[in-house]
Amino acid sequence: MDFLSLLQILDSTIRLSTPLLLAALAGLYSERSGVFDIGLEGKMLGGAFAAAAAAVVFGNPWIALLFALLASLGLALIHAFASITVKGNQIVSGVAINFIAAGLTALLGQSWFGQGGRTPQIGQDARFNPVELPAAEALSGIPVLGPFYRDLVSGHNLIVYFAFLMVPLTWWVIFRTRFGLRLRAVGENPAAVDTAGISVVWARYRAVMICGLLCGFAGAYLSIGLSAGFVQNMTAGKGFIALAALIFAKWRPLNAMWACLLFGFLDAVAIRLQGVPLPVVGIVPVQFIQALPYILTVVLLAGFIGKAVPPKAGGVPYTKER
Amino acid sequence: MKHQLPKWVDYGLIPLLNLITAFLVAGLVVLIVGESPLEAAYLLVRGAFGYGGGIGYTLFYATNFIFTGLSVAVAIHCGLFNIGSEGQAYVGGIGVAAACLALDHYVPWYVTFPFAIAGAAAFGAAWAFIPAWLQAKRGSHVVITTIMFNFIASALMIYLLVEVFKPAGSMAPETRTFQDGGQLPKLDWVFELFGTSLGGAPFNISFLLALFACWAVWLLIWRTRLGYEIRTTGINPTAAVYAGIPQLRTIVIAMLISGALAGMMGLNPIMGDQYRLQESFPAGAGFVGIAVSLMGRNHPVGIIFAAILFGMLWQGGAELAFDMPKISRDMIVVIQGLVILFAGALEHMYRPSLSGYFSRRQQQSAKAAALGSGKVG
Repeated sequence: MDFLSLLQILDSTIRLSTPLLLAALAGLYSERSGVFDIGLEGKMLGGAFAAAAAAVVFGNPWIALLFALLASLGLALIHAFASITVKGNQIVSGVAINFIAAGLTALLGQSWFGQGGRTPQIGQDARFNPVELPAAEALSGIPVLGPFYRDLVSGHNLIVYFAFLMVPLTWWVIFRTRFGLRLRAVGENPAAVDTAGISVVWARYRAVMICGLLCGFAGAYLSIGLSAGFVQNMTAGKGFIALAALIFAKWRPLNAMWACLLFGFLDAVAIRLQGVPLPVVGIVPVQFIQALPYILTVVLLAGFIGKAVPPKAGGVPYTKER
Repeated sequence: MKHQLPKWVDYGLIPLLNLITAFLVAGLVVLIVGESPLEAAYLLVRGAFGYGGGIGYTLFYATNFIFTGLSVAVAIHCGLFNIGSEGQAYVGGIGVAAACLALDHYVPWYVTFPFAIAGAAAFGAAWAFIPAWLQAKRGSHVVITTIMFNFIASALMIYLLVEVFKPAGSMAPETRTFQDGGQLPKLDWVFELFGTSLGGAPFNISFLLALFACWAVWLLIWRTRLGYEIRTTGINPTAAVYAGIPQLRTIVIAMLISGALAGMMGLNPIMGDQYRLQESFPAGAGFVGIAVSLMGRNHPVGIIFAAILFGMLWQGGAELAFDMPKISRDMIVVIQGLVILFAGALEHMYRPSLSGYFSRRQQQSAKAAALGSGKVG
């Protein structure tokens, strides 16, 4: 494999891991605060549809992004109400949100645009387009580093850079701020936080709302960044891959980035490996590579390659005075 | 202290209120789309129950949902949330197809049927075994592992259908069509008893198997020692261990039964309708099972009613989509999600106010009784 095709694979790795990364970080906030979220998929889908529909109507990517954030935040608030206020089952609530989002986006898409649940093609100026970083062309003459900078670092859209910026930011918020300390504490021992006079409910609500916003970014990226329009069920399991990546990362931001890059890489390679014989193993079925993130997660969960321990109070609604 | 609600409120009124709320919100969605909710409801019910064929389809879908609903319910009784019924049903289809492909040339359907049942149950159970064992032995969360297994199942099945089962020269990822020996008889005689006809609906004998499965699950959960162990483990695992109930064994067996029930769902579409193993034949029935089980309060009788309700939604929804082009079949998915949300996650939404109401009433009637007795005395 030559240098250029390697660059191409890495480039699509970054593109494909961006939505995973945003969703995984979203899940990180929620789950660190003790609210399990298997509704990442639904929130992304809702965001993707809202962004595409708004882009069609307003023709402006920023307004589209705003709608994506609102849609995803709305779904997150339903989840928060069900799992924090009413103390319902968080898993059941997540499942419900996935269904509602899948059904509503397809239904509204069909009834508003009448194209089988798709939105119309979105024009260039209503999308997030690639950004040329400074001096990308000028430096491209430098061997290895030049093309590396031009093709891999430069030339992505704003949401990609935002996603990767969110990694150190999330690390800082979770591990270096008072808000992060409390967020982690309500996920591990809410009773202690409550005793200290801090509201468990409000801490969890904020975490779930951040989760909703980040899923909104992921959704907008899918429909007006990566592609030019919404297609029915366009998340296609990405929310669950993000969940897998989060477990793989043991609920840590930097690890989450590596896990998402790994899963994005598998995705990028899967297409190229179709029918290509590999040394030793021969032709690998493309389905196997697609299933690999899920298989790896199961293996990890079984504790065969290190143990993944979720936040202690995860999945349990907090009740005062019991 | 929490006020104890009367049983009819707990098992009747609250689920009913939740269901009504779900349908009201669904009606709101219909309004947003710009159609009349009442007319939509009328079309839906007419499509599902208005003629013989409609009823046939409704019961055909209900058969699927009874199996997957029971599958989810058995796991829930053991405290396990099995989101993997979809994948287990999918893999169970291999068992059905294997029996049919092997036997359909040589024997009539009633010889193939038991083998197909056994195959479906065995493959479904096998697919549930790994998540079960990992949960029981290594503490990996069964929800996450079963979600992962759904995706792995779908990758595996596409591989198998494309590379292994597809007959030479065919393009579609499916097995060959079964001969008569792999086709279940339809239950048209039931419809003729009532003076109507089944039309082309694929309502078949696996419905009877589903009803039998309901009875068997009821017997298992409430009338056997194993059922007692399953329920105890579900309600209080610590107490169960203390009482000498082997946790690992109970969890694994409960999940195996759950997987087997999910796998048997495949009999209905594969042997009763399509007569071949096709890509993604469960079509979401595994997930509907979650809603069905939640609505039916994990009891076989409740599950039968909930399954018929969802069968009605599927069949009526298809006709509704035909009559009102603005409403696509995805309306069913929305309603399903709303039912899961209101009957499952927001289950306790009405409880505090109802609880307050009933405790006030009880106090009042106690007061009235005291006053009344005072007058007499």
